[in-house]
Amino acid sequence: MLDRIISEVPRFFTYYNMVFLLEAMGRTLLMTLVGVSLGFALGFLLDFARRTPGRAWLPLRLAATLYVETFRRIPFLVILFIVLFAIQGFRFSVSLFGVAMIGICVISSAFCAEIIRAGFDSIHQTQWDTAAVMNFGRLQTLRHVVLPQAWRVILPPAFAFMVMFIKDTALASQLGVVELTFAGKVLSTRGFSAILVFGTVLVLYFVLSYPLSRLGAWLERRLAPSRGR
Amino acid sequence: MPHLAVADLTATYPGTDKPVLRDVSLQVEKGEIVSLIGPSGSGKSTLLRVLVGLLPPNSGSVRIDGEAVDYTSRRSLKNARDRLAIVFQQYNLFQNMTAMGNVTIAPIRIKGWRRPEVEADAARLLAKVGLADKHASYPDQLSGGQQQRVAIARALALKPEILLLDEVTSALDPELVGEVLDTIRVLAADGMTMLIVSHEMGFVREVSSRVVMMDQGSIVETGPPAQVFDAPETLRAREFVSRILRH
Repeated sequence: MLDRIISEVPRFFTYYNMVFLLEAMGRTLLMTLVGVSLGFALGFLLDFARRTPGRAWLPLRLAATLYVETFRRIPFLVILFIVLFAIQGFRFSVSLFGVAMIGICVISSAFCAEIIRAGFDSIHQTQWDTAAVMNFGRLQTLRHVVLPQAWRVILPPAFAFMVMFIKDTALASQLGVVELTFAGKVLSTRGFSAILVFGTVLVLYFVLSYPLSRLGAWLERRLAPSRGR
Repeated sequence: MPHLAVADLTATYPGTDKPVLRDVSLQVEKGEIVSLIGPSGSGKSTLLRVLVGLLPPNSGSVRIDGEAVDYTSRRSLKNARDRLAIVFQQYNLFQNMTAMGNVTIAPIRIKGWRRPEVEADAARLLAKVGLADKHASYPDQLSGGQQQRVAIARALALKPEILLLDEVTSALDPELVGEVLDTIRVLAADGMTMLIVSHEMGFVREVSSRVVMMDQGSIVETGPPAQVFDAPETLRAREFVSRILRH
């Protein structure tokens, strides 16, 4: 079997195949970065919605809580199918990549909202009170006092989530989005040895996620001693 | 006209029925140091929280230089907070900033004062509280006493007219209490108007112009320290004094 794999190597590592795989890898990276960035922005909004005070905002609070609690508990693949069939049902024309992006944002915003909530909860109410009596507005307190402290709690799990998410985007291959895993399937159905193809895919996933987890670990080390601050 | 006048102030914590302050009235003249004493839960700290707008009063009035504070009006509250400053028991320094950052952030960002002047003033204040060499230290690199002195410098940097001190030595190790009390003595000598909540009875007796004793949300006795400590008029005050003097 090893001979077969070795004999395939020159035929497999052609310019065309490599471009095909790297493009797919780019799509995986794009889905992750855009998904997590948008998810973070939406996650902030969701967390604000959950923190609105008083009775008037209750519907918004409930909706945001329902959203977060629901989508954190549904398998990613199921969400992708729901988004796909909902969009088809309404006869919108959205590309498969667009469907995958929407699904990714739905799930990452729910997870990010939880990560952000934990970050903000780690900041004691007295920090808000102290700023308030010094005439800081709520947004000024957020910007100068709360966010700089909450980042230390938010960033490490956010990176862990992003690294996990790189792997989860492979599920978009089930919809037919040509990302890294799907590209592997295409090449292996073209007759290349599955071990060779998916071995290469594995290396590419590693190349994507390893630097990110190193960055996350570095941040965690850098921030950990100052968490008590 | 009193610098600070509180009349018939009543307040209740949200979600509870029992008032924590009942018809509290007191006056602080300019340059006077009034100390609030009394058992835990008597409403001393709550009174300070109401004054700075962290707990809305149910009824009663607060006047600063004769001007009534409307705690439901954002502008009136902001104005009151410009004139009052509070230092908390747990210092509550902003953990993400150095000592210098803590002292300068509000003057620069909130008041919009010029940075060079603010920093010069902050350096002077930090020197005054004995921390000239700690500008660049973060709160977790400072002892409790040092953090509390930074908190006092931070409050002073906003140039308040009246300083409220909420049990500023209660969270400190005994050997660090002295350094904070020394700082307050310096302020007293400067003529700063202060309303102090304290359990340091020797200190209260020494610096206060007047002592106000509270119990169960009400004022039970008020007078010069010698009178309140040595010859209290009410039964409840006598009981409290005899209890604390036994320690």
